[in-house]
Amino acid sequence: MSQAAAIDQQRVTGTHDAEAWRDPWSLPLESLDPARAILFKENVHEEYFRRLRQEDPVHYTADSEFGAYWSITKYNDIVAVDSNHKVFSSHKNIVVGDAPDEFYSPMFIAQDPPIHDVQRRAAQPAVAPTQLADLEALIRQRVCTILDDLPVGEEFNWVDRVSIELTTQMLATLFDFPFEDRHLLPYWSDVATATPSTGRSDVTFEERNKVLQECLNYFGQLWHQRKNEPRKFDFISLLAHDPETKDMLDNPMEFLGNLILLIVGGNDTTRNSISGGVIQLNRAPEQWEKLKANPELVPNMVSEIIRYQTPLAHMRRTALEDIEFQGKQIKKGDRVVMWYISGNRDDEVIDEADKFKIDRENARRHVSFGFGIHRCMGNRVAEMQLRILWEEILNRFDAIEVVGEPERVLSNFVLGYTHLPVILHAK
Amino acid sequence: MPKITFIEFDGTAHEVDVPAGGSVMEAAVSNNVPGIDADCGGACACATCHVFVNGAWMDKVGERGDMEQSMLDFAENVRPTSRLSCQIVLTDELDGLVVDMPEAQH
Repeated sequence: MSQAAAIDQQRVTGTHDAEAWRDPWSLPLESLDPARAILFKENVHEEYFRRLRQEDPVHYTADSEFGAYWSITKYNDIVAVDSNHKVFSSHKNIVVGDAPDEFYSPMFIAQDPPIHDVQRRAAQPAVAPTQLADLEALIRQRVCTILDDLPVGEEFNWVDRVSIELTTQMLATLFDFPFEDRHLLPYWSDVATATPSTGRSDVTFEERNKVLQECLNYFGQLWHQRKNEPRKFDFISLLAHDPETKDMLDNPMEFLGNLILLIVGGNDTTRNSISGGVIQLNRAPEQWEKLKANPELVPNMVSEIIRYQTPLAHMRRTALEDIEFQGKQIKKGDRVVMWYISGNRDDEVIDEADKFKIDRENARRHVSFGFGIHRCMGNRVAEMQLRILWEEILNRFDAIEVVGEPERVLSNFVLGYTHLPVILHAK
Repeated sequence: MPKITFIEFDGTAHEVDVPAGGSVMEAAVSNNVPGIDADCGGACACATCHVFVNGAWMDKVGERGDMEQSMLDFAENVRPTSRLSCQIVLTDELDGLVVDMPEAQH
C-alpha cells in the first residue's frame, strides 16, 4: 500500500493496520466505505455488505473518495429505491463518483422521464423479442465456431477466447458494426468504464476523452451512412431514423453518451457472466455434474449465474427531495447507491443466497437487471447468449477446468475478470 | 373464492380458485400456471407478469396505475387490454375473470 493510501487508511478507519480494510467486522461501523474499488478487486466486499445488511442496512458514508453517499444494501429496499424514480433520480449520473462537467456525456440511463423514455423507446426495437428470435441461429453458429476453435488439453484465457469474443460479436451485430473492426467495441467499452468515478485513479478523464473522441468519429460516419439508407433494426439506424432522436448528432456528447451506454450495456456485463458461470461451476463440481445429467436446467442456471455474478455491483441515484427512508433522513441532493451485489446476497429474500444453485427456485428473482423504468433493456440478449453458449458447451466438453486464480477487474461498478486460465477436457 | 381462468398463448386453459385479496399474479404463481415470470415479486417493477384482460372484464378490473403505465410503456406487445397482473387485486366481483397470456414474458 502506498504512503498516501496508508494515511488515508488511518484517517478513514482510525487504525494504523494497513490491512484492516480486509476485515470490516474489525472496523468502526460508521467508517465503512463499501465503494472502494480495492474491496471488489480483492473479493472482500461481500463481508462489508453482510455486516451492513445486519447492522446498518441504510448506511451513510460521510467521507470517501467520491464524497458522502448512502448505501442501500437490502433487496427490498433496493426494489423500493429503484422503482421510485420520482424521488430517486438517475440524472446526471448512475455511478457513485461524479465526473467533471467538461467530460459529462448525457445518456438515457442517466436521465429521468421524459428524456429517458423517448430515447429508450427509440433504441429498444433493436432488442425486441422478434429481432432476437431472428438472431438465435446466427448466435448459435458463432458460438459453435468459437468453441470449435478452442484448444483442448492446453491452457488458455477463457476471458479473451470466449467471454470477450462472443459478446463482441453480439455487440457488432446489434450495431451492424464492421465485423473486422469489432475489437474496437470492447476497447472503447473498457476505456469508458475505467475512470476515477469507479475507483481507477490511474487513468485521467483527459486520456479517456481522447479515445472516446475516436469512438465518436467512427460512429458519426456510420450515422451519416445509415441516415441516408432505409431504416433497419440496428441501434444506429434506429436512432438516426426515430423522430425523437434523429438530430442527436448535433449534440455530440449526448450521441457519445448513448453510444457508450449501449456498448457498455451489452459488453462487459455479459462477458463477466460468461466467465462467472465457468468459475462457479468449477467451484461447485456437484452443480456441474447435475447440469450434465440435467441439461434442461440451462435456462434456470442462466438466471442463477446472472444473480451470482451480479455484473454491475451498483447503480446510483440522487435524491430530488428530503425523504425519510427506513428511519434514516436522506437529504435532497444526497447520493444514494443501490448495491445490487448486496441485494443478491440478501438471505431474507433469497434462500441460502451465498450458494450457487443451478436448480434454485425463483432463480429469476434477482436484482442484477435492476427494477423500474431503467430495468435492463438487453436482459433477453444476455440470457440468450448464455443459454446458447452453455447448450453448446454441454455438447462438446466434459469439463472446463480452472487452473489458476481468476484476476478481477479493479472497479466498484463492473464485477468481472480480466484473466481466467482454463484447460478444456473433451467429452 | 373467485375463480380465474388463465389462457396460455397456445390456447391451454388453466382454471384456479383463489381467495380474494391477493393479486392475479399471485394466483398464477402459487398455482404453477406457466407464462407469468413475476421477476420483481409483485412490486410493479419488471413488467414480466403481463396479461391481456378478456374484453368483457375490462371495466371490472379497474384502471392501470401510474407506475404500471410507466412499466407497460417499455413492455412488448402491449394492447389496450394489457395489465400487469400483480396490480389486479382479486375481489368476489372478479369471480370468473379470464386473462390471456403473451407468447413470452422474457
